[in-house]
Amino acid sequence: MAKIGTALNIKHPTFVAKQQAMQALVQQLESNIEQVKQGGGEIAQQRHLARGKMLARERIDALLDPGSPLLELGQFAAWQYYDDAVPAAGVVAGIGRVNGIECMIIANDATVKGGTYYPLTVKKHLRAQEIAERCCLPCIYLVDSGGAFLPRQDEVFPDRDHFGRIFFNQANMSAKGIPQIASVMGLCTAGGAYVPAMADESIIVKQQGTIFLAGPPLVKAATGEEVSAEELGGADVHCKISGVADHYAQDDAHALQLVRQAIANINHLKRPDLTVYPSAPPLFDSLELYGIVGTDLKKQFDVKEVIARIVDNSELDEFKQYYGATLVCGFARIHGYPVGIIANNGVLFSESAQKGAHFIQLCCKRKIPLVFLQNITGFMVGKKYEAEGIAKHGAKMVAAVSCAQVPKFTVIIGGSYGAGNYGMCGRAYDPTLLWIWPNARISVMGGEQAASVLSQVKKDGLARNNKTMTAEEEAEFKAPIVKQYETQGDPYYASARLWDDGIIDPLQTRQVLGLAISAALNAPIADTQFGIFRM
Amino acid sequence: MSHQVSLPVHFNKHSNKQFNKLLIANRGEIACRIITTAQRLGIKCVAIYSAADSNALHVKMADEAFYLGPAPATESYLNSQRILTIAQQANVQAIHPGYGFLSENAAFAQACAQQGLIFIGPSVEAITTMGSKSAAKAIMATADVPLIPGYHGKAQDEKTLKQHSLKVGYPQLLKAVYGGGGKGMRIVHHPEEFSQALAATKREAMASFGNDDMLIERYLTKTRHVEIQIFSDNHGNCIYLSQRDCSIQRRHQKILEEAPAPALPLVTQIAMGEAAVAAAQAIDYQGAGTVEFLYDEQGLFYFMEMNTRLQVEHPVTEMITGLDLVEWQLHIANDAPLPLTQTQVKISGHAIEVRIYAEDTEHDFMPASGKITYLSQPNISEHVRIDTGVIEGDEISPYYDPMIAKLIVWDHTRDLAITRLQAALSDYKIAGIKTNIGFLTQLSQVPALQRAALNTDFLLTHAADLVPTPVNINYVLLLAGLALQLQQQSTPQLDVINTPHPAMHNTNQDMNSPWAQTTGWRLNQPAINTVKLTISNNSHHLDIKEDQEQQYSLSFTTLAQGYQVQINDHFHHNNQKQKHKKQQQDHQIHGELDGPQLTAFIDGHRIKATVDISQSQITVFYAARSTVLFRQTTMQKNVLPTSIDTELETKITAPMNGVIVSVLCQVDQVVDAGEPLVVMEAMKMECNINAPVAGTITTVFYQEGDMVEDGAELIQLTPSLILDNKEQA
Repeated sequence: MAKIGTALNIKHPTFVAKQQAMQALVQQLESNIEQVKQGGGEIAQQRHLARGKMLARERIDALLDPGSPLLELGQFAAWQYYDDAVPAAGVVAGIGRVNGIECMIIANDATVKGGTYYPLTVKKHLRAQEIAERCCLPCIYLVDSGGAFLPRQDEVFPDRDHFGRIFFNQANMSAKGIPQIASVMGLCTAGGAYVPAMADESIIVKQQGTIFLAGPPLVKAATGEEVSAEELGGADVHCKISGVADHYAQDDAHALQLVRQAIANINHLKRPDLTVYPSAPPLFDSLELYGIVGTDLKKQFDVKEVIARIVDNSELDEFKQYYGATLVCGFARIHGYPVGIIANNGVLFSESAQKGAHFIQLCCKRKIPLVFLQNITGFMVGKKYEAEGIAKHGAKMVAAVSCAQVPKFTVIIGGSYGAGNYGMCGRAYDPTLLWIWPNARISVMGGEQAASVLSQVKKDGLARNNKTMTAEEEAEFKAPIVKQYETQGDPYYASARLWDDGIIDPLQTRQVLGLAISAALNAPIADTQFGIFRM
Repeated sequence: MSHQVSLPVHFNKHSNKQFNKLLIANRGEIACRIITTAQRLGIKCVAIYSAADSNALHVKMADEAFYLGPAPATESYLNSQRILTIAQQANVQAIHPGYGFLSENAAFAQACAQQGLIFIGPSVEAITTMGSKSAAKAIMATADVPLIPGYHGKAQDEKTLKQHSLKVGYPQLLKAVYGGGGKGMRIVHHPEEFSQALAATKREAMASFGNDDMLIERYLTKTRHVEIQIFSDNHGNCIYLSQRDCSIQRRHQKILEEAPAPALPLVTQIAMGEAAVAAAQAIDYQGAGTVEFLYDEQGLFYFMEMNTRLQVEHPVTEMITGLDLVEWQLHIANDAPLPLTQTQVKISGHAIEVRIYAEDTEHDFMPASGKITYLSQPNISEHVRIDTGVIEGDEISPYYDPMIAKLIVWDHTRDLAITRLQAALSDYKIAGIKTNIGFLTQLSQVPALQRAALNTDFLLTHAADLVPTPVNINYVLLLAGLALQLQQQSTPQLDVINTPHPAMHNTNQDMNSPWAQTTGWRLNQPAINTVKLTISNNSHHLDIKEDQEQQYSLSFTTLAQGYQVQINDHFHHNNQKQKHKKQQQDHQIHGELDGPQLTAFIDGHRIKATVDISQSQITVFYAARSTVLFRQTTMQKNVLPTSIDTELETKITAPMNGVIVSVLCQVDQVVDAGEPLVVMEAMKMECNINAPVAGTITTVFYQEGDMVEDGAELIQLTPSLILDNKEQA
């Protein structure tokens, strides 16, 4: 295979400056994660521990195989979104290995608002289930939640992708043979009661877990009956009398042990349907990604230098190297798995789009997973390009991306603007997983461009009334628009809303992709059927 | 086998009784020891083995081996009928009984003779005589072998007793003939105390036993156990081969023996040697024998008993004489005369033997059993000899003596030999079972031992010097954790603890999966792998109460080079569900693991250690100490209760394989916490199984005489606390 990438002068002032800027963003990322990991804070955590319960992240650590990686999802869900802090949207989700099997783990963090479901909690839970369903990952629910967050019931309860969808997903995944295991380690009230009830197997912790449709206060209000939570829906009731739960756990550690036991008995056979080589690290230091990319999106970088620091042996067999060169397409391996890389090296032209569509077809026919490295301002505009039919060429690429049934992974490594986002497998195109680097920006177009467009529209309107704007007035008009785009294009803004599956340190990109590809291979790769390509 | 014995002597062959095929009616190291010499002399060896020993070293070494029977000794190594049948089948001409088992069984020696087999040992008469203490003493008295002075006569008038009291000497023990349990006994230090003491003791004896007959014996204090190795041929010759001091004993079993006996005046050496020869000749002895004496503070010695076989500690004599005593035994059995006269016996240097046992030195030397998961011995040289019958992977079964090996060192002087012993012990590494190696190491450092201030109470007297010194627990934890990390890195797929079922790799065909990494990778955070280790704090393995365990968690953060490790020290109280964070310590650590050999840098301090990692435990050998840590894993299904009703009844289980000696409780009996319920015997040791909590006996599952396996439920007990609650409810 062909080696790519060059040795860089890492002492070059430009490189050093870019590297330091990126380093600062990564440090910010790490300190933000530390904040998220505090959950509901010191006091809430101490209160939780005093009950003999483990924290959500401790539970996951104890559940996983020793030393197993954990590919966490939506770490920044609800980041600075609500008036109250709801770190990680009150639910920790991620993929990890249990008994040698990659599983989706969804753990309520009861220290965050009692583990109640905010709108974004629901969205994150559903997104985790969606990934599990796509990748055929057994689901493990570590339940410790007060149910829906009642003040926002309108955003949580009624719609299709609201609370009820959790159980819909459980039923349908179970139907597909994707095991659903629930461990009740705290409250599991009302709608939440259906998580264990809908599970294939459920575990409940003695004197901690409770399952009931209505808690003691509601029972008293409804019928006047006075009953304790334990009597109403504790482990003894559900394991000995009602049969709502299947396994009786003495404590959290025991419950997690029983979950492991349940997973050991699912008879799961992972059979990756592609060639796998031994993993080989890139020839170049991944840390150099910081200095290559930097944080100024206006500064172009050669994406091949990025690829050279992500793929095995820095080897990439390029497809149509000299045609439509602003889109780099080629075959490579990540952690030994074959991948088709599609990466931007400039604006998309008609040729680039056609090349991309062709390459996606190749990968789908060969069942090779696709990796999109997005750094795109959009498709080329202008009379010449419209005339050569850039819209239909772009459409071919968008159609190919839409229909591709191979696992798709997108990393936004720079700008993600306009239709470029579509062609490069943005969120709407159902990538199996999508991540964003801390330097990236995502919006329909750049803030400057949007402000200019809107100010032109405004000027056109004023012109119809024979009015004009002074330069100051225009600047005043544009400033808040630029600011709005800057705020809304920020990776934290995006991640908080779950437009992606997480912000990642560029250094971890190779590892994240390797884990994600491997997890996706739990599902068979389906045949792709494309629609009509406009020729 | 690796002992170094030079052979300066020549035996005259007597072809009329020559044998060329030998059955070794024993097992373990002594069987191996005998096979080595016999094979060197061109004698074919036949081994016998029980069900527990089918893969044992002695079976592998022998030219042939025959299956004896089930593991218990009574059905195998003590089954003389079966052994004689095998001897016939195998067509051997001689049987070597080793030591223990049938070696001093006159009936067996007799049966051998009747079957026309040479029994490598003395005559039936000699065995019988020495087997009876009173008969032996009577013969020794006539042969002028010094006996402990005493009076055992019928005449009980005060005058006679007083006369004998003066003859016996002081201090003396005045004892009721029918006494017992410490009653009816007085120590008399001076003649003038005698009359008063006699009256008091007689009164007590009459009140307690209804009989006031007294006996008088010299009361010996601070005595040493000194024994003489003798050899007699069938032609009336008898010589002695120096002495051995075997004073250091635990539970009346020797653990350290040396030759020659230190600080013994030459005149005593000769007198004792000649007394031993006289003892042997008094019973017309043939072959190897040992005459044991008590040697007191006043420099006097007294006959104790004679062992009519090869002793466990014979190697120390071999090391200082350069002789092969087994070879002598075989030649003498062949009717050859002794190759040396007394004056030709040359003694050179000093030898010390320690017995390495599978036992729990912190709990009354309780025998231990289990699998030796790791075994590394010191290098063999002219200074170091190891006699053993076990290899790595062997089980130390509870059916036989739990001796693993004998470590014998030799050097020109006793001081040098002790230094050799200390060095050899620090190189002796055994994991998987508890051993006394640490204890022996400490013993070798006791100043009184180095001064040769020996007596049979040595271990009691110097108990303070033998209390285990605390290990540097942080280092041990870091070494164990680092070894685990390095092992997982090198073979992530093979980490046994990560593999719940042996066939697990078949369920995941994603062979190079990045998910198989075990560094604890986390998104946007440093990879932290937490290793949980437990050190059992003096947990008496017979104490059914929950152990006070010290739990540690080590968080390994992967750095560019090595790890940042945080040690969290928890005292975990199971019943209170409370964790008290006691302390946190940070260390920088990296290293290399080559098999079990670990080179580690802990905060810049480079150290070497040996670490044996098995599924459930890690043994760290560091600074001449071994420490066992238990891995807390999510795989250990058994440690967690499976029944939801476990709190309602308490199971009381057998702590080891053994026999029920007596059942002290019955169904419906109300017992207090700590009350003994069952007495078990295993490996000659009795132990009490006590009630862990107060309660009522629900079920008794075994009777006296039953064999029980380790972990078998013996008694079911309903704690009274539960009953009270139920009654209230």
